[in-house]
Amino acid sequence: MADVRFQHVYKRYGENAPVITDLNLEIEDHEFLVLVGPSGCGKSTALRMIAGLEDISEGELFIGERIVNDVAPKDRDIAMVFQNYALYPHMTVFDNMAFALKLRHTPAEEVGQRVERAAQMLGITPYLKRKPRELSGGQRQRVALGRALVRDPQVFLLDEPLSNLDAKLRVQTRAEISRLHQATGTTFVYVTHDQVEAMTMGDRIAVLNAGLIQQLGTPQDLYDNPSNLFVAGFIGSPSMDFFEVKLHRKGDGHAEIIIGQGDEQQRLTLTGHAADVATGQAPGAGDTSDGRPLIVGIRPEDFTLNGASGGDGQTISGVVDVVEHLGNEQLVYVRLPGAYVPEAAETKGSTARLGPSEKVSPGDRISLHVDTSRLHFFDPSTTKSLV
Amino acid sequence: MSIAKNPAHAAEITTDVDLRSGGKSSVLAGTSVRALSPRERLMRSVNSGLLTFVVVVISLLWSVPTFGLFISSFRPADAIHASGWWNSLLPPWHFTIENYQHVLQTQDFGTAFINSMIISIPGTLLPVLVAAFAAYAFAWMKFPGRDWIFLAIVTLLVVPVQMTLIPIFQILTNVGLTGSFLGIWLAHTAYGLPFAVYLLRSFFGALPSDLMESARIDGASHLRIFFSILLPLAVPSLASLVIFQFMWVWNDLLVALVLLGGAPEHAPMTVAIANLVNSFGTNYEVLTSAAFISMALPLVIFFSLQRYFVRGILAGSVKG
Repeated sequence: MADVRFQHVYKRYGENAPVITDLNLEIEDHEFLVLVGPSGCGKSTALRMIAGLEDISEGELFIGERIVNDVAPKDRDIAMVFQNYALYPHMTVFDNMAFALKLRHTPAEEVGQRVERAAQMLGITPYLKRKPRELSGGQRQRVALGRALVRDPQVFLLDEPLSNLDAKLRVQTRAEISRLHQATGTTFVYVTHDQVEAMTMGDRIAVLNAGLIQQLGTPQDLYDNPSNLFVAGFIGSPSMDFFEVKLHRKGDGHAEIIIGQGDEQQRLTLTGHAADVATGQAPGAGDTSDGRPLIVGIRPEDFTLNGASGGDGQTISGVVDVVEHLGNEQLVYVRLPGAYVPEAAETKGSTARLGPSEKVSPGDRISLHVDTSRLHFFDPSTTKSLV
Repeated sequence: MSIAKNPAHAAEITTDVDLRSGGKSSVLAGTSVRALSPRERLMRSVNSGLLTFVVVVISLLWSVPTFGLFISSFRPADAIHASGWWNSLLPPWHFTIENYQHVLQTQDFGTAFINSMIISIPGTLLPVLVAAFAAYAFAWMKFPGRDWIFLAIVTLLVVPVQMTLIPIFQILTNVGLTGSFLGIWLAHTAYGLPFAVYLLRSFFGALPSDLMESARIDGASHLRIFFSILLPLAVPSLASLVIFQFMWVWNDLLVALVLLGGAPEHAPMTVAIANLVNSFGTNYEVLTSAAFISMALPLVIFFSLQRYFVRGILAGSVKG
C-alpha cells in the first residue's frame, strides 16, 4: 500500500508540445482513482509513467516516500492490467499468474497457495491448467487481474481493462474490480475513456484533457459542480445540454437569462442557487453584469414536461426530434433555440430525460419546465464555471 | 549445382508463410460478412478457382527442372548423353540405379557428408542465435543509434558474397583459420547475419509490446524476457530462418572451396560432387544422382520443421 504523487511532471516527445503539462496529482493510499478523458488526453501516458514504462521528461514521481523517476518497473512494486490482457500465450493460466512470483524466487508452495487464493477470488480455479487461447475474453481479463492480484503490489494499475469486453461482461467485471479493491484495500489507479466506468468505480476522478487535469474530485462533486465546460460535457450520460444566453439583471434584483434570438427568444427566470450565482451573491461568482453573454448548462433530468405552455418564466419550448424509450425513462431529443454543442459532448443537441408515461412523439412542439435553481453557468471565453 | 538455389527457396518459403497469415485474415473476414448473393458466390468461387489454377500451373512449371533431374538420375549414362529426359517417359522404359551406385561408391563420399554436417549445423545455429539476440535488441531495447545500426546491417544484404571472398580469405589467413571448420563457421555466420537479423527483427517487432511490458513489470530482465517469453513465441520465425540458413550453407560450394580448399578431409558434399565430374565434363550423369542425394537432408529438415509453421501461436494472448 502506498500513495502516488506527481509533482510538476511533464512528458514530451522530441520537440513537440508536451503530452502532459505540469501534472500535479496526489493519489492517496487505499484510494481508487480514475483517470478519465478522451483518447489522446495523456491518461494512459500518466499511468505508464507510474508503471515505469514511460520516462518522465521533467518533474518528480513518488510512490510512497520514494522518488521513482529512475526506478525500473520491476522494482516499483506495482502490478498492471492491460487492455489487451497481455497474457503469455504459451503458458498455462497457472504459469501466467505464477510468473512474477517465480521471478522473485518465492517458494513453490507459497506460489501455489497465492495463485490458488487469487484464482478463487476471481472464479478461475477450473481454468488454471488451460492456455489463454482456450479462454473467453472475460476469463482472460480475469486471469490478467489474477496475475496482478497474486503479486500483492503496493499499487494496482489498470489500463482500460474493460474496453475489449462486451457490454454485459463489462458491467459484471466492473463490479468485480470494485469488489477486488474493497477486498485488497490497495491503491488502484484506473484509466478509462468511459465516464460511466469512472463514475461507478472511482473514489475520486481526475478528468484529463490535452495533457491537463481539468478537475479532480469525487464522482458526485464532478457531476454537481463541474469546474468548466469540458468536465460538464464529459461527465454525465446523456451529457449536459448547453445554451448560449445573455444574462439580464432585472430591476427588482432578480435575474433572468435570454435564450435564442429574435422571434425564437425565450426567457428563464433564475431561482435558488443559480440566482445567487447570477446576481453575484454566491462567493467567487465573477463578472455578472447585465447583458453579459454566458453559456448555461442544464442536466437532462432537470427538465420536466409541462402541459401548459410557458408564461411562468420557468419553461422553454421546442420541437421534438427523436424519442428513445428505455423502459424506465425516455430520452427526448429536442430542437431548442440557442443550443450550443461543445466538442466533448456525447450527444449533439439538447436532450431531456422524461418519465416513461409521457406521450411525446417526433414533430411535437413541447414545452419543458426547467428547474432554474440547478443551472450551471460558464464563461464563454474561458469556458470556466462561474463559481 | 544449380538445383535448389537459395534465393529461389527463400522466396518459396516466404510466400508460403505469407499465404498462411493472409489466409487466416481472409477466413476471419469471410465469417463476418453478410450473406452473399448467388451471383457474388459464383464470382467468388470462379475467382478462387482461377487463383488455384494459376498457382498450380506455376508450381508445376517450377518443378519441371527438378522432375527432369529426378528422371535423368535413373537413366543410363549413354541415354542421358543421347536424348532429353522427357524421351524416357514413354515406353520402352530403361531405368537404372547405376548413377546412385556410382556416387555412393565413390571414395570419401561418406566423409564429405559428415563434413557437410559439421559445417552446416554450427553454420546454421551460430548465426540464428546471434541474430536472435541482435534482433531482440533492435526490436525491444532502447539505445542511441539503434535504427541507424539496424539500417547499416540491412544494407549489408546488397553486398555480393563474391566481392568479400578475397578480403575474408586474407583475414582468415592472417589469423590462421583458413582450411579449418572454425573459419568457415565464422564466415557463414557473418554472411547469414544481415538477412537473419532483418527477418527476426521484423518478426519480434510484430509481437505485441504489452507482452514485453507486462513481463518487465512482472520483474523479468531482458535476458529472461528473451528466453521465457520471446523464444517460445518466435519458434515459427526461427524455424523458417533455420531452413533458409541451413540450405544456404548446405548448398554452398563457393565459400567452402575458397576457404577450405579442395582437400578431401575437409571438403563438404558440394565440393566432393563437383570433383566427381572429370575436367572434360563427360560424365556429368553422376551429377543427377549426386544432386538428389545431397538434397535429401535439406528436405528432411524442411519437412520436420514445417509443423512449427503453426498459425495462431499468439492466440489467446491479446485481443485480435
